[in-house]
Amino acid sequence: MSHKIIPIGPYHPLQEEPEFFKLHVDGETVVDIDIELGYNHRLVEKIAESKNFDQVAFMVERICGICSTSHPFAYVNAIDDLLGEKPPERALYIRTVIGELERIHSHLLWLGLAGHFLGYNTVWMWAWRYREPVLDIFERIAGNRQNYGMMKPGGVRRDIFEEDFPWIKKTLKDLIPKLDMFKGAIMDDPVIRMRTEGVGVLTKEDARDYGLVGPTARSSGVNIDIRRDDPYAAYDKVEWKVCTHEGGDVFSKAVVRILELYQSINIVIQCLDKMPKGPIDSGIKDIPKGEGIGRHEAPRGEVVHYVMADGGNSPARHKIRAPSFMNVASNKKAVIGETISDATIILAAVDPCYCCTERMAVVDYKTGRKMMDGQDLVRLSQEKTEKIKNKLGR
Amino acid sequence: MKREAIIENIKVRSGRDLIEFVDKSKNRIYFTINKNMLPQIAKYLFNEEKARFSTASGVDTRKAVEILYHFTVDDIGLFISLRVILEKPDLEIDSLLPLFKCAEWIEMELHEMLGVSFKGHENMKHLLLKDDWPEANYPLRKD
Repeated sequence: MSHKIIPIGPYHPLQEEPEFFKLHVDGETVVDIDIELGYNHRLVEKIAESKNFDQVAFMVERICGICSTSHPFAYVNAIDDLLGEKPPERALYIRTVIGELERIHSHLLWLGLAGHFLGYNTVWMWAWRYREPVLDIFERIAGNRQNYGMMKPGGVRRDIFEEDFPWIKKTLKDLIPKLDMFKGAIMDDPVIRMRTEGVGVLTKEDARDYGLVGPTARSSGVNIDIRRDDPYAAYDKVEWKVCTHEGGDVFSKAVVRILELYQSINIVIQCLDKMPKGPIDSGIKDIPKGEGIGRHEAPRGEVVHYVMADGGNSPARHKIRAPSFMNVASNKKAVIGETISDATIILAAVDPCYCCTERMAVVDYKTGRKMMDGQDLVRLSQEKTEKIKNKLGR
Repeated sequence: MKREAIIENIKVRSGRDLIEFVDKSKNRIYFTINKNMLPQIAKYLFNEEKARFSTASGVDTRKAVEILYHFTVDDIGLFISLRVILEKPDLEIDSLLPLFKCAEWIEMELHEMLGVSFKGHENMKHLLLKDDWPEANYPLRKD
């Protein structure tokens, strides 16, 4: 069968995330996809063996530039599990606040990108604009907009000051009307629904087969969430609910993420209201021989850290499993049979820490001649939205 | 209770192939089993208990390579780790790919990082390391 290959992806690891998708297309239809990883593989697991237990928390924070606290959170949970003891109460609440603030800014980031890929650049600008106040909160708490350095074995590194609580709560409450606007804009817009409903569907069975986690699984009707199922930090001390949707398509993934934003704001506000006074660090001195498994529900799903200690100062083995490791593999299922113009949004729908779509290029399989560059493929997606808009007279 | 039933079922099904059982905490249990028993127990957990395959982690203990297969039963928050010890130099074990797709990438990773071979994994190639990585050079091996 004569077909073309569309390579999507960067070889340039600095600016965006290095993953490489090779789309095999027959006319307009995607017939196969090759996914290649490892362009920026740093073997962090091996480096961990040469760092002490405190340093590892900082190092794993550098794994992800978007949800930077996900890995240290899972790591400190693993150390708690290894020791069999929990940090002081106040530290548990602070960890929860940090985890949820991160979910808010990460989901808003995705929402903006999804809007851009669909040709809604206003959604993109607004989502990122409303993400800024959340980063301001981080700056006030930790001094940094990213890489907060808050998690440490046995507690947290910095306190959140009581005098900041009213401002943090107000900033988050001000976000709610903006979320209402996004929710309305996405749920009620017939064009967005036509572009996303029934597109890139993953069924419940696919979710099990591919071991999907996080919003990707929940949007296929799989009711899992580590925060509720294997409670840690202060998640069992506040009221919230797990958001699911049955569609399994791009639309469902957007709905789940938007609904989760409300839950996260709710969790942070409750944590600030209920936060007990007291120490923030139990002052762990030595890590005994043993093994611990820590999990955290990151914005993209379950992060797993396995730490083995031999009584020394560094982990003897540290295994890290990021949620995208499970979710990205499902692209093989989601994108095959769909059109090229939908591929951009489908590949982005699992929020794979991957936003390299402007580096796509269409190359003729036989001649190797470059036919389009990356911008064109995004344009293709945006043009499709325009066509639907015109058809509907909007 | 579902938790106790799962523990009992794994014990009965593995029989003499069960080497050790550690009940670490309410949500964490570890079984050390012989490698021939792995596909059966994995099948039981995935198909009958509807457990989710979370990941697998390999450790080089110098004399052997230990692989922990992590399953999670989400409705009761139970994290089950099946430990399999592969004595060097015989680092071969059945692939779990016939049971579920999510075993594909992690088996590729264990293969390239620790040199474990998976019987039945047909598409074995490099996942994270480059394609021309030298043969039999495994970054996480300690020998």
